[in-house]
Amino acid sequence: MNLLRFFSRPPQSAPAARDRLQVLLAHERASAGDSDLVSKLRDEILRVIAKHVQIDDDKVSVKMERGEKVSTLEVDIEIPLDAAKKKAGADKASPDKTSPEKAGAGKKAA
Amino acid sequence: MGKVVVITSGKGGVGKTTTSAALGAALAQGGDKVVVVDFDVGLRNLDLVMGAERRVVYDIVNVIQGEAKLAQALIRDKRLETLYLLPASQTRDKDNLTPQGVEKVITALSSAFDWVICDSPAGIERGATLAMRHADIAIVVTNPEVSSVRDSDRIIGLLDSKTLKAENGERMEKHLLLTRYDPVRAERGDMLKVDDVLEILSIPLLGIIPESMDVLKASNVGAPVTLADGGSAPARAYFDAARRLKGEALPVTVPGEKRSFFGKIFGRKAA
Repeated sequence: MNLLRFFSRPPQSAPAARDRLQVLLAHERASAGDSDLVSKLRDEILRVIAKHVQIDDDKVSVKMERGEKVSTLEVDIEIPLDAAKKKAGADKASPDKTSPEKAGAGKKAA
Repeated sequence: MGKVVVITSGKGGVGKTTTSAALGAALAQGGDKVVVVDFDVGLRNLDLVMGAERRVVYDIVNVIQGEAKLAQALIRDKRLETLYLLPASQTRDKDNLTPQGVEKVITALSSAFDWVICDSPAGIERGATLAMRHADIAIVVTNPEVSSVRDSDRIIGLLDSKTLKAENGERMEKHLLLTRYDPVRAERGDMLKVDDVLEILSIPLLGIIPESMDVLKASNVGAPVTLADGGSAPARAYFDAARRLKGEALPVTVPGEKRSFFGKIFGRKAA
């Protein structure tokens, strides 16, 4: 057994280091480039939605998944039940309780 | 106008300060006028490695805050007439470095010196980004080891996006300096090979500094390794790197690759 070990090359660790780095850095470089785009998208999507309903900044998640052939953009926004009402209230600055449909119409007219 | 060079790495302990001192001294030994600037505010060490720790009166923060003139803060090396040091502050923190202040200091230095060598602190925070901001050339110091290579990759990304050159749409000249290279371990396959690191980071190689006791010995006595023992293996590697930095097309030899068949056998057995 010892004789065998003497003749065979000991296992090398450097190739593992190289392979792990190549995979990791390919991933990190791609996501570093995306992070700017994702944060831009997030801001603009937020602004558009906020025109119509009141949403919580923390309840919005925008993710970019990179695939080999296609990438997907996942946008997940939580809209609270009374979001439209709140928004309407803020817009009209009146204490009247209006239905979401009416609030929408009021917004358009304004 | 002199060249502004940043010595950077992301990771700490890879040899930025050793390299700043050794390359600075190597360039000055060739007759060029050189200033090495310590950007590690709060944790300065370049003064110690260069043996000037007892001569520090004013530092870069004093200059930026108008408490001292630039000429008062510069320390001339006792061994080399054309080598100067601008120390960092030890008592204040990195928030005292302002972008406008740094710009003023670097502009003044580059009009008076051939080389302005900026020794960056580790990390990617304010000190590190300010050290690279005005650079014409970046030397990325990397150890053949996974965490150092990863951090260097990150730093290369910052050099290409957060520097003045990058923002003006110009190309930042980047060089890789592989330090603490151990030919025996690389031969055995337990250390990333030079080609592996070059392939991963894909920037040109400025030099390979072998792992050596001479580096520690030089810092013990407070001398750049190129001054302490000019004939030692790391000093020769730094002299060659300095020549390449000046534009000479000098081929890089990988330490240990010239070893004979017997050398390889004994090298493997000894380890």
